[in-house]
This record gives sequence, structure tokens and C-alpha cells, in this order.
Amino acid sequence: MSDQSIRAPQTVTRTARARGLNEEAYLQVTDLQVQFPTADGMVKAVQGLSYSLPLGRTLAIVGESGSGKSVSSMAVMGLHDAKTARISGSIKVGGREIVGLSEKDLENYRGKDSAMIFQDPQSSLHPYFTIGDQITEAYRTHNKVSRSKAKARAIEMLDRVGIPNPRRRIDNYPHEFSGGMRQRAMIAMALVNDPKLLIADEPTTALDVTVQAQILDLIADLQRDFGSAVVFITHDLGVVAEIADDILVMYAGNAIEHGPVDKILGQPLHPYSWGLLESIPALAGEPQPLHPIPGTPPSLLAVPSGCAFHPRCEFRDRVPGDLCTTLKPDLIPRTADPGRTSRCHLKDPDQIFRSEILPRLP
Amino acid sequence: MTTTANGRSAEGGIRRVEGAPLLQLDDLAMHFRTSGDGLLARGTKWVQAVDGVNLTVNAGETLGLVGESGCGKSTTARLITRLLEPTRGKIKYQGHDIAHLSERKLRPYRREIQLIFQDPYSSLNPRHTVGAIVGTALRTHELVDKKGELPRVQELLEMVGLNPEHYNRYPHEFSGGQRQRIGIARALATQPKIIVADEPVSALDVSIQAQVMNLLENLRKELGIAFVFIAHDLGVVRHFCDRVAVMYLGRVVEEAPRDALYEKPQHPYTQALLSAVPDIAVVRGVPPKTRIRLVGDVPSPVDPPSGCRFRTRCWKAEDICAEIDPPLDEKAPAQKVACHFAEPPAESIVAEVPA
Repeated sequence: MSDQSIRAPQTVTRTARARGLNEEAYLQVTDLQVQFPTADGMVKAVQGLSYSLPLGRTLAIVGESGSGKSVSSMAVMGLHDAKTARISGSIKVGGREIVGLSEKDLENYRGKDSAMIFQDPQSSLHPYFTIGDQITEAYRTHNKVSRSKAKARAIEMLDRVGIPNPRRRIDNYPHEFSGGMRQRAMIAMALVNDPKLLIADEPTTALDVTVQAQILDLIADLQRDFGSAVVFITHDLGVVAEIADDILVMYAGNAIEHGPVDKILGQPLHPYSWGLLESIPALAGEPQPLHPIPGTPPSLLAVPSGCAFHPRCEFRDRVPGDLCTTLKPDLIPRTADPGRTSRCHLKDPDQIFRSEILPRLP
Repeated sequence: MTTTANGRSAEGGIRRVEGAPLLQLDDLAMHFRTSGDGLLARGTKWVQAVDGVNLTVNAGETLGLVGESGCGKSTTARLITRLLEPTRGKIKYQGHDIAHLSERKLRPYRREIQLIFQDPYSSLNPRHTVGAIVGTALRTHELVDKKGELPRVQELLEMVGLNPEHYNRYPHEFSGGQRQRIGIARALATQPKIIVADEPVSALDVSIQAQVMNLLENLRKELGIAFVFIAHDLGVVRHFCDRVAVMYLGRVVEEAPRDALYEKPQHPYTQALLSAVPDIAVVRGVPPKTRIRLVGDVPSPVDPPSGCRFRTRCWKAEDICAEIDPPLDEKAPAQKVACHFAEPPAESIVAEVPA
């Protein structure tokens, strides 16, 4: 039978952290462009992305498939193949430039200063090696220690991420773990070298909702203990509301809205963000008809001119002239709120949200 | 058409047995065999994927089926559509038990019970045009003559919001959301009375998901089709369903009308499930809800716990839970719960929306 005790339900509440005074950026991305040449033309996956993230904070990057959220984060990890991807701009992690690093330097950087948790722990763990082998390998790559010391460290990490009986489980193969446990093991592997930057790419999407809740708690706990900067990639706005301090909404390779999570989700200023909120069915209240965004995301081979969202935007006629189709709006502050920006030509998005969108939200 | 042995009426539909609901599952069970480890595969084990499910769906009604991976919801979908033959129990469609019918005798029933799959990529044959995919359903059931096939296909494509001129395109020329629409058009082709939708929107992006949900909603209202709607997203199920059944380890643990289930869930597992859903309302000033965190994982369906199957993870469990399997009893009007200690939560689990 299970070797876990049954605990009484816990009460956890999480409130957004206030911005500290020490806001020095640990991760600084400036004008990042990622392009992939293909037979059909240039795929512009990320176009001029800039953001910064200090230690101890969590940034959620939100967007649909093809929005560039994973591609930009893989660039931060230095995971793109220099032969197939064209990367320009700057990515600074702890003051060190990542773009243009040699493969040897990247090997030293990956897993030590920054680490990544992937969506699918089934395919990210090697089926042929035990969990322990894989975690100790990650540790010994960056630390010159004996096997037994590395094993002790791996057991410590497995214990820390809540795997029961880690001394015994360390010799298990990935297939002997459940989905939630595999995700825990992968988190243990990512954190074994105390990285200051953790990138989590849809870490809970493949998990069931009760397991997802456990993993979200775990990531939040670990961040509190380790004080690392976390980039959390997801498409689930509910998860964002629970875990993030800041949010960056991406669409067709561009950041379209950026700021503190309570502001962006509570009072978004971009029509795309409005569309996302209106697409989510609520858990309480009388079910309202959903107002989905019409159309489909554009192909990255031919991103629309002007504002990339204009073909699907229902508010285009509120902007005078053909501004939306000809001029790409800048990502700039639109209201007096500190630290938030959006990329839209609308003059009074605040007003439109309050009078037209908010009443429709569940 | 003439009346056949399996109760097919002159109109081509299945004749309903007086007073019978559209669909009734009676002590339905599906056990899969796994080969044992030892010599001569001794110690053969059985995975009890579905074990004693009772459910009823009335004409035009939508029943939601929720639960986590391995709870048996997809197996139930495959049993209802008779892609699997059950180990035990009855599947009654309009009063006729179809649990063990032969493929030939099943055909008229297949026309009335259709399935929409989760993955719009693997559920469409990449070498067939959309016209062929949707048209096959029409041809198989001899619903139109050769001349009428194309107009009917185009009509169906239009119904699901696709361009009717695209009938000669292949699935790869469509996006994920459009492919799911093709799957829906194929299901609608035979004019079914009930559609089993197995996670029909889970593979889609948020904005596309809402489009497909609106489409399903409109079709349901216009055509009066009953749905068994399977999803793990509790918000999606709430939006779409009249009644919801929660499954855990092959059993239904709670079944109730939508509002009762979301507002006054009585089974501890339902409460834990609802409380685990991340809620966006928090940022709009709604106070964070009380959380129930389950510990550990779902036990193996090969060797489920004795008595109540949820007891190994339940904070209310006592000795009786290991000894006596709680029956699915009515604890409130129309609300059935399988728990010895069923009671509504002290305070609402889903965040209240301020008026």
C-alpha cells in the first residue's frame, strides 16, 4: 500500500508579492529575434522581444501555439541549433551574454545558471537510465564530486521535491514513476545545481488537475526557498493567476501586453487579452455564451502587416484611418499604472474594457 | 426500408421500448487483461478500467463525465459506442441491450450513436479528402444516393462553419480547430440521436476551443442531440452540461445536476477536484478559495483498494471505508453520492463572483 500519510486538507492562499526595491534584473532580454529559414521562406518566430526579470520573481509567458513563447525561452536556454536558427538581439543572464556563446560555453551555462522543466516528463527522461543516474549525471557535469556524494545529493533533491522513500526510489526507472512523480523527478534534476533561473515550459499541462495543484505548490515553495527567477510558460490563465507575479502576453512572435499579473488579468488593455478572457468558461455563476476570437492565428511565414492581430481584431474600426494595417504599434505604457505596457493603437482601451468587455465576463 | 429483427422501424431509426431512456448503462464493467510476469504468464491480472458504472442519459440531455487520467471515462465512451465489448453489464439504447451485439446487428445503432475524438490529427485519415471522410458515413448507412452525396457533404461542412467548396481538400490543409469541425461534421452526417464527445476541445488553443464549444452548443440546441461530454476541464464541462458525473478509478463517485455538483459537491473527491482548479477570478478581487490538496497518486486499477476506492487518499476515511463499499445513493434531490461521510462543504469551493 501507499507509504504516504493522509494529511488533512491544507489551506493555502497566495497573494501577489509587492515589487521590492532591489529590482536588478537577473534575466535581461533585449530586442530578441529568432528566425528559421525554411524552403517556404523565413519563419519569424520571435520579433523584437524585450523583458527583464529579477531574482525571486515569476514571469508567466502566455500565448497560443506559434506565439513564440517556447521558442523565445529555448533561446534563453541556448537550446537552438545555430545551423537552423537565426538569433539576434541580446539575452543577458546574470550579466553574461548568451547569444553567440560557443557550444562549449553553453554546455557550462545550461543546467548550472539556468535550468528548464519540460512539458512532457515521459519524453524528457531517458527510459534506459534510472532516475538516480540521470540526476547524478546532471550534478557531476557541473561539480567535481565522487559518485557517492552525487548520489547523496540526488536523494536529498528527490526528498525535497516530495518523492516518498527517495533512497529506494532513486534506483527506479522513469516508467516506474507516475506522471506527477516523473515531473517531480525532472524538477529535482533541474534544481540539483541550484540554478538562479528556472524556465518551466508548460510543466503541468500534461498532468491531472489535482496533481497540477501539487506541482504548482511545489514550484512556488522551491522558488521561495531558492530565491530563483522563474519563467513560467503556459496557456492556462488560471495557472498564471495562481503562480505569477508578472505576465507577458505573446501573439505571433510579438509581446503584446506586459505587466503585473493582477493588472493584466484584472484590467487588460489589448483586444487579444480580452478575447482570451472571454474564451474561458467560468466555474461559478450562470454560464454565459463565450465570445471567442474569430479566425485563427496567422502563419509565421506571412505575419500580417501593421498590428499582427488586426485581421482578428473586432475593435479595428475604433482606430482612425488604416493605422492598424500599416503601422505596428509600439509596446509602451498606455495608462498611469506603473510597469505595464501594451501594443495597440486604441486611444481609450481602459474605457472600452470597463464599459464593453467587463460586463460580458463571467 | 423495412422493419428488421433488431427493432428498426419503418423510418430507419431504432424503435424505442416504451418508457426506456435514450441511453442507460447498467452495472457496466470493462476489465482488460494484462499478461503476468511468471512462466506461462501465470498470475494474469485484470485492469479494472470500468467497474460497475450506472448512468442514464435522456433524449436531448447533456451528461458530463469528469475525472482524472485512468478513471475510466474514455473507456466508458468506447463502451457506449461499442468500440469495446464490455466484460459485464448492459448498454441499453432506447431499451435494447447492445452490449454483446454482433458487428452486423450493431450497424443501425452505430448510425444513431456517434463519437467525436480528442485528437483532430490522428482521427482523420490523411489520405482521404474531407468529402470522402464525411461522405463515407453517408454511404455506409445508405443515407443518400450517389447524386445526393456531394450536396449533403457540402451542407454538413457549412453546418460546422467550414467552406463547402473545400470538400476536395485533405486534412493537412486545415488547422486543428478546422479538423475538429470535420470530425463533428462526420459525426453529424448520420443524424445521430446521441454523440459521445471524448475531450473534443482539449487539444485546441484557448480561442479556438471557445469557437468549437460555441459550435457544439448551437448544434445541440438546433438539432436536439443528446451528448455524453467527456473532459478533464471542469470549466468546459460546466459550460456545456446539464448533469455531471464524476468518476474515480472505474466508478462513478458522484452524479448530480450541474449547479448542485459545482456549488454543493458532497463527495470528498469532487470537492478536492473542484478546489484544485486554478481560478482566474482571484486577480479580480475574489478572495482565494480554500484549498484541498490530495496527497499521492491514484492507486493502480489492477488492484484497487478494498471498500471505497478513494479511501487511500481521503482525509475523512475511517475503518468502515475499507470494509464496506459505499453505494451510489441519493443524498440530495437528484444528487447521488458514493460516500459514507457525504456532506456539502462548509463554504463554497468555487470562488463566489461578487454581485
